[in-house]
Amino acid sequence: MASPGVLVRPGLRLLVVVYLTLLLMAPVALVFWRTFEHGLGPVIDGLTSPSTLHAIQLTAVVAFYAVIANTIFGVAAAILLVRRQFIGKRVLNALIDLPIAVSPVIVGLALVLVYGRLTGVGKALASIGINIIFSVPGMVMATIFVCIPLVVRAVAPVLEEIGDDQEQAAATLGAGPVQTFLRITLPSIRGALAYGVVLALARSLGEYGAVAVVSGRLVGRTQTVTLLVQERYLNFDPETAYACALLLVVTAVLALVISRALAPKEITR
Amino acid sequence: MSIIVRDVSKNFGDFAALTNVSVDIPTGGLTALLGPSGGGKSTLLRVIAGLEKPDTGLVEIEGREATGLPVQDRGFVFQHYAAFKHLTVRRNVAFGLEIRKRPKAEIARRVDELLELVHLEQFAHRYPSQLSGGQRQRMALARALAVEPAVLLLDEPFGALDAQVRKELRVWLRRLHDQVHVTTVFVTHDQEEAMEVADSIVVMAGGVVRQVGTPDQLYEEPADDFVMSFLGPVTKLKGQLVRPHDLELSVEPRPETVKATVTRVTLLGFEVRVDLEVDGEELWAQVTRGSAEQLGLVEGQTLFVRRSAPVRSAAAVS
Amino acid sequence: MTTAATTVAGAGPISGAPPASPRVRRPLHGKGGAITLGVVLTYLSVIVLIPLAAVVWRGQADGPGVFWHSITTPEAASTLKLTIVASLIVALVNMVMGTLIAWILVRDRLPGRALFDGLIDLPFALPTIVAGLALLTVYGPDSPIGLNIAYTRFAVVVALLFVTLPFVVRTVQPVLLELDREMEEAAASLGASPATIFFRIILPNIAPAMAAGTALAFARAVSEFGSTVLISGNLPFKTQVASVHIFNQLESDNVTGAAAVATVLLLVSLAMLVSLDLLQRWGARRG
Repeated sequence: MASPGVLVRPGLRLLVVVYLTLLLMAPVALVFWRTFEHGLGPVIDGLTSPSTLHAIQLTAVVAFYAVIANTIFGVAAAILLVRRQFIGKRVLNALIDLPIAVSPVIVGLALVLVYGRLTGVGKALASIGINIIFSVPGMVMATIFVCIPLVVRAVAPVLEEIGDDQEQAAATLGAGPVQTFLRITLPSIRGALAYGVVLALARSLGEYGAVAVVSGRLVGRTQTVTLLVQERYLNFDPETAYACALLLVVTAVLALVISRALAPKEITR
Repeated sequence: MSIIVRDVSKNFGDFAALTNVSVDIPTGGLTALLGPSGGGKSTLLRVIAGLEKPDTGLVEIEGREATGLPVQDRGFVFQHYAAFKHLTVRRNVAFGLEIRKRPKAEIARRVDELLELVHLEQFAHRYPSQLSGGQRQRMALARALAVEPAVLLLDEPFGALDAQVRKELRVWLRRLHDQVHVTTVFVTHDQEEAMEVADSIVVMAGGVVRQVGTPDQLYEEPADDFVMSFLGPVTKLKGQLVRPHDLELSVEPRPETVKATVTRVTLLGFEVRVDLEVDGEELWAQVTRGSAEQLGLVEGQTLFVRRSAPVRSAAAVS
Repeated sequence: MTTAATTVAGAGPISGAPPASPRVRRPLHGKGGAITLGVVLTYLSVIVLIPLAAVVWRGQADGPGVFWHSITTPEAASTLKLTIVASLIVALVNMVMGTLIAWILVRDRLPGRALFDGLIDLPFALPTIVAGLALLTVYGPDSPIGLNIAYTRFAVVVALLFVTLPFVVRTVQPVLLELDREMEEAAASLGASPATIFFRIILPNIAPAMAAGTALAFARAVSEFGSTVLISGNLPFKTQVASVHIFNQLESDNVTGAAAVATVLLLVSLAMLVSLDLLQRWGARRG
């Protein structure tokens, strides 16, 4: 209808296609090409070396704990924000979005400043045998930090949309809060929750900056897959770096496909 | 003639929205395009407006061919108002004049006039979201009139409003037209609305024009059964369509009457609906309260029924 | 504009408060609500609030003089300047290209647009270090197309463009979808040309979403780390962005310097969040 001029439209199309190809498609496609440049052998070697296997396992463990924690937090926070009225709600709401705008390096720095080995909290925890920084708990905390908004923001709009009529109906039929949550609320936010969890999982598996700071990047001990990609690349082992990068690309694409399938209609439209 | 449509056809994929439609719309009149939804009336209006390009045929406006030309200079009012949400009522109405770069003073004067005409003077500085549906539609009308269009086209202008507002706006539109005299075409699926407001009515169904005429002509001399049943209530006596208020009931047999049994009597305010059965077929008649009392209507009663006016069907008229 | 309409997939939505609804929300009564609120606040405090407060506290702990000195050393000043300037360029490019991409996805019948639509979110899902590696593969020393921009400021801009691509697209796209096409037809019937329709009808209606997406892209660009690490070469005074600078200061045990520059970045982020909230209100004001 309001297309600008006859010649303008093909020009704009071309601009968009070239922009997306150069910025997005070519780089990602070339990761595939570069990975398999010398055949399948180096890829398999790269993915099965002990340090890679350890990194994959560690990444999975960190992501697992971070996603569990954020799922519970995300649902609780979404219910509070949508269903309850309290002082400071707007502030809480804004705080949940804060991690989007904070540099991952600052996330790491922030955790080091509170839980590092030289701080009061860090020393106290170390005296009872808990190390946070340069160890798995710190990596989990850093991952949680960067993923905080994902589940809340996937679930809250759906909670808002379904309203609380059904919950009130359940209450009038004698259901307690826990029963109402499990039997009424949870089933109706299932899709949105799964969507948020997939997004959080993808983000957790791929977090780099925050984990780079708090892990200490100890090869074979606190090295996740993303850290391995960088370390291998800089240490002149591009085969392993690309093999692991490809693994992460495939994971990301899978997560995208699954999340689009799960996303509440309003979001994908 | 202000608008001449010749042999216009328009298909959307496999669906024939318009088939060889030809209509003449007189200058200065208020014409309704009436028909069931999907009958092609909105498509015809959009073709006249230049919002759709017909596959074949042509449209002339004020003697100039306008087929598929940009919509300019044909005022169009949308069912859902199409209010410019980001502009105040005043700026909405001024839009057409502003983009024509008319002098500011002239715009201000013209907009004031129009706001007064549509009774929105006090709402000039509100945003459309702060208006009711009826107010938004009046604003849309003022906006279309601002550029002094050769013709004014309204697509189901009252379709999104509730019944009460709708009735008020109908009367208002009729009065407005008597003041402004711009050639106006509006689309409606409501026969009552068309009969009440329009000078002439174009009945459309299935992508073709079924009949054109004044409201009286259409009601009294419908071209076919479809037009007859679309323009008012009908019932069937011995296989022929008839208006329920054209049925004459009597206690005694008269010439050409048939025997009927009363199955149900319903009081509808001043009128009474009488459901009847003739030879196992159901029909109904509408009588005044007075004649109902004279007949002493009760369920199960036997009556004699005949048509009180000449047969109205295509065959009978020709 | 609904909450869903402003949700940026994978980055969380930009919406401030959930949309006001006529439903009456229950106050926090009973133990359940209070306990939940307590747990949520504790969680946020332990993970987010206390650590971020520690950064700000540490940044100025040695006095305003030291703070000022830390952020104005030649290296810190140049890194902050590069970060802000590059982010502004990236934000502007995104504002134009993001809107254009959203337009093509919504209004144009470009063949294969479903594929493009699906790929737009990839930068959100892809780990930043992989994004950097991918860009280095095409635009690095071994570039198959002979285009080597590695270790230049231009490379920094390209990396930032990659990671911020979805923001404007995903905020403008739903607004364009919801935009009443009849407004445009009405404007045309009043004599508006396509250009007039774009500038006077469409643009004012998508402006809040464009601004919100641009602000998000800017905030993200300012804080970006991973994607620039490999392709920028992290050359001080040339291609080192603020996050890398903080990282290096921390590695060399200059915690105060790291915290001071981090405080500046946090303030920029905070300013962005506040302006986003204001933009949201601006967008919501006209229903």
